[in-house]
Amino acid sequence: MSEVFAVETLGEDALLLRFGDAVDGAINQRVHACVAVLEGNRPAWLIDIVPAFATLALCIDLDAFTDAAEPLAELRRWLASQRFDKIEDERAEGTRSHSIRVRYGGEFGPDLEAVAAHAGLSAEEVIHRHSAAEYRVGMLGFAPGFPYLIGMHASLSMPRHATPRTNVSAGSVGIAGAQTGIYPRSGPGGWQIIGGTEEALFDAGRESPALLQPGDIVRFVDAAKVGGTAS
Amino acid sequence: MSIVVLAPGMLSSVQDHGRCGWRHLGVGRSGALDSLSFSIANRLVGNATDMAVIEITLTGPRLRFAESARIAICGARIDASLDGQSLPGWRRIDIPAASELHFGACRSGVRAYLAVAGGFLVNSVLDSQSTDLRAGFGGIEGRALKADDQLIIGDGFRPQCDQVNIDTRWIDPAPDLDFSNPSIIRVLPGSDALDDDDALFADKWTVGNASNRQGLRLQGTPLRIADPRERISEPVLPGTLQLPSDGQPILLLADAQTHGGYPRIGHVIRADWPRLAQLRPGDALRFVRCGARQAQQLLNEQRQRLARMAIAIAADA
Repeated sequence: MSEVFAVETLGEDALLLRFGDAVDGAINQRVHACVAVLEGNRPAWLIDIVPAFATLALCIDLDAFTDAAEPLAELRRWLASQRFDKIEDERAEGTRSHSIRVRYGGEFGPDLEAVAAHAGLSAEEVIHRHSAAEYRVGMLGFAPGFPYLIGMHASLSMPRHATPRTNVSAGSVGIAGAQTGIYPRSGPGGWQIIGGTEEALFDAGRESPALLQPGDIVRFVDAAKVGGTAS
Repeated sequence: MSIVVLAPGMLSSVQDHGRCGWRHLGVGRSGALDSLSFSIANRLVGNATDMAVIEITLTGPRLRFAESARIAICGARIDASLDGQSLPGWRRIDIPAASELHFGACRSGVRAYLAVAGGFLVNSVLDSQSTDLRAGFGGIEGRALKADDQLIIGDGFRPQCDQVNIDTRWIDPAPDLDFSNPSIIRVLPGSDALDDDDALFADKWTVGNASNRQGLRLQGTPLRIADPRERISEPVLPGTLQLPSDGQPILLLADAQTHGGYPRIGHVIRADWPRLAQLRPGDALRFVRCGARQAQQLLNEQRQRLARMAIAIAADA
């Protein structure tokens, strides 16, 4: 296990497992494979398992321990008893896949032309490259259900807007650096918006609140190609 | 039984102990920022310690109670009155039917907690009644209280009284909560070193105006990180001290986002979180170093004080 990740403390009630320090598909895949192992044997006092691109936080409930216990030492002992031998598997069994229909450009994607100009490509080619790739949900963060997707064609990379928009519509599909993502909710945001989807990314009242879970596989489908409305 | 909001105050919201188990979906904790005052207020009115209360910020609401109720006000020292009679904090107060409870300004501290016997009934969202103000769910429609809101109170003790009845016995929250200035806040090491190990502890810090439930923006002599490389987003937690490139730390609180890309230069110990909740813009604080063992001991001592208060309150009931 010591070769898979390093263990750091994250305050009084959490450990941080470090798998690397880059946004990288292979590293991120190991993070999610590790989550799958830990979820399978999770004790009640392990209240949050929070994946990021190359790290994973394990948060414990201090109130579940007596005054005499050393909670983080118990977490370390539990971690040491876990088996991580299957973690190098190409893709964990049961990984969920999603196809998200996107309306690219126009009112849905006000920055499509700017991304095309930045990449030196036509808007059609940007759409093609964006919808041809297979993405992994590297992590959810920034806001509930906001997916940071890894796997975008490098040519589409573009920095955020220097000044964020005051309002980005819910469902907006954007680019920030080498990542692409979807805004679950309307609000301020600095990503380059190239399209929009009608999928509800997050609904706190749903049994499964987030449409996309950390580690899921995502493809974008160009709504103009398949006809009908974006959904 | 219900309470009508006549005026909401600056930022009043329904909060309980917060939302656990959803950070992997980007959902923050929320919950009462000053968890100590929150749980004592609940105990005083005979509630379970994690029932929903109203968290009041700087200036409080005006509320009309249709029926009699047992209430308690804890946390910040706040002006409060019932039909002209002023109400003290940290004790049991029975109020008659058709009362108007008026809160004014917080005199010390920032956040006061109003508990009512029976608790505030709102739907649980993702296992908590807390309002997530940034994400817009929980509490009352995911937002702060506004005029004409109706707050439903659950089944609990209903006093038979024609006039307000203030208990002479009260709880002293010191040393867990005091309003000394500067506040001393204890910090565990973070994963990112400063170029000068002592810089965080050398000088006092001032709480900035942009501070909110998400975090305290601190102002002081700028700090420099030893290794200034760009970092990728990693999990952060309430209590985490982040250092943006301007060298002015951000101390994350209960509404902290789940991930952040800034260096982490420390973590404030749990026992000191209630005092963080009571720091107002312009207040000074000092950081001192703390080790893991000492942090645990301080938390245990705080729990023991809380347990003794609970016994004292129960014996009086």
